[in-house]
Amino acid sequence: MSFNPKIVSFLCNWCSYTGADLAGTSRMKYASNIRIIRVMCSGRVEPTFVLKAFQQGADGVLICGCHPGDCHYHEGNYNCLRRFKLMQKFIDQMGIEKDRMKLKWISASEGKDFAKLVDQFTEEIREFGPCKVKEIVETLS
Amino acid sequence: MAKTEAKPKLKLAVYWGAACGGCCVSVLDVHEKLFTVLEHADLVFWPIALDIKYKDVKAMPDGHIDLTLFNGAVRNSENEEMAKLLRKKTKVLVAYGSCAHMGGIPGLANFSSKEEIFSRVYEESESTINPDKIRPVPEFEVKEGILDIPVFYNDVRTLDQVVNVDYYLPGCPPQTERLVEVFLAIVTGAELPPAGSVIGALNKTQCDECERKQTEDKSISEFKRPIDIVDDGESCFLEQGVICMGPATRGGCDVRCIEGNAPCRGCYGPPDDIPDPGSKMLSAVGTIIKGNNESEINATVDTIDDPAGLFYRFSLPNSILRRKVL
Repeated sequence: MSFNPKIVSFLCNWCSYTGADLAGTSRMKYASNIRIIRVMCSGRVEPTFVLKAFQQGADGVLICGCHPGDCHYHEGNYNCLRRFKLMQKFIDQMGIEKDRMKLKWISASEGKDFAKLVDQFTEEIREFGPCKVKEIVETLS
Repeated sequence: MAKTEAKPKLKLAVYWGAACGGCCVSVLDVHEKLFTVLEHADLVFWPIALDIKYKDVKAMPDGHIDLTLFNGAVRNSENEEMAKLLRKKTKVLVAYGSCAHMGGIPGLANFSSKEEIFSRVYEESESTINPDKIRPVPEFEVKEGILDIPVFYNDVRTLDQVVNVDYYLPGCPPQTERLVEVFLAIVTGAELPPAGSVIGALNKTQCDECERKQTEDKSISEFKRPIDIVDDGESCFLEQGVICMGPATRGGCDVRCIEGNAPCRGCYGPPDDIPDPGSKMLSAVGTIIKGNNESEINATVDTIDDPAGLFYRFSLPNSILRRKVL
């Protein structure tokens, strides 16, 4: 059986979730590998959330927020970007490919871009193969 | 005159797993208070100080020991066997010190596999001459019989990942004053906190206790090692660009490192509501990085050489990811 990646995605309420909603209401087809969690702002996405996702069996994590300058809370997406860069370095050290995490800006009107992004990211994760974190944590406990 | 019946003494044990010995020394640091301790307790097992063998412990009835301070992580089969044995023989088992609590410094071995550690130690290290690549084996047959040594595991585990733990007394090592307080609380029969609690520490962060000056504006464009700055002795380490684990670390040590002009390293572990101190530090440090564009942020992130080792210095085996994926 071919590998079907599990992708956890955090979308900000104001831009990206609405963008994903647009993709849905416009009946666009895209990979069903994604599990969307709505957060109020991409700045709300704590590293703990991402690590928990990997621990619970996610093969990839996608974070989307408003374009720079468009954040509903002015600064949240910048905070997200800063944490994201640091976190990528950290997961790389932990032996998790750093591109299993992706951060993209999706506005409320970019439903099409969102659908394309999900398809593309799903393919990227498919190439990586399954993430072993869950298996390791389970054998250890 | 009839002698009054003496109150039965507490039976006390101290044991070390994968540890440096510092925790045992911190127990010795009670100094002359040791006599007060001994008025109330008999030490029934303490490898660093007393010649009592494992077989003597095995011969004790279950629940014989009132209080065991177990320091050190679980690294090999001996640590595991003793953890299980002492759990059986002890009424109140305390994970004493950072290693038993969260994995501690030995827990950093979870960045490597057993094979990596063995090849480094027994073959590659600069001081090793081992042309035949001889490795230790758990069992070896000689004419007198079979010799055995403990089996080295691939992963370091905390005490509570192996047995049930009643209390945690954090620190590397725990402050001796806290140990005395806890001990006296037990002796005087004070009401003990619910099982599973962290004792001998506060539930506030180091920052709550720290007296260094801080401004609202934390924005760092270059992180530095303590050796690279001239500390002004007054302002927040993070504001000076030095990573301090204070925001994600429990207070209770009297901010001893910071008082000594060194940033907090996180040995007391996180407060109750934080499951994973390292990820909280990623969050805290991430947000004080200066700049809004990617290249500026990348340049600042590059100045932190080893975020994983720094943020999980004492807590890797207890973290969400537990170990490096190999």
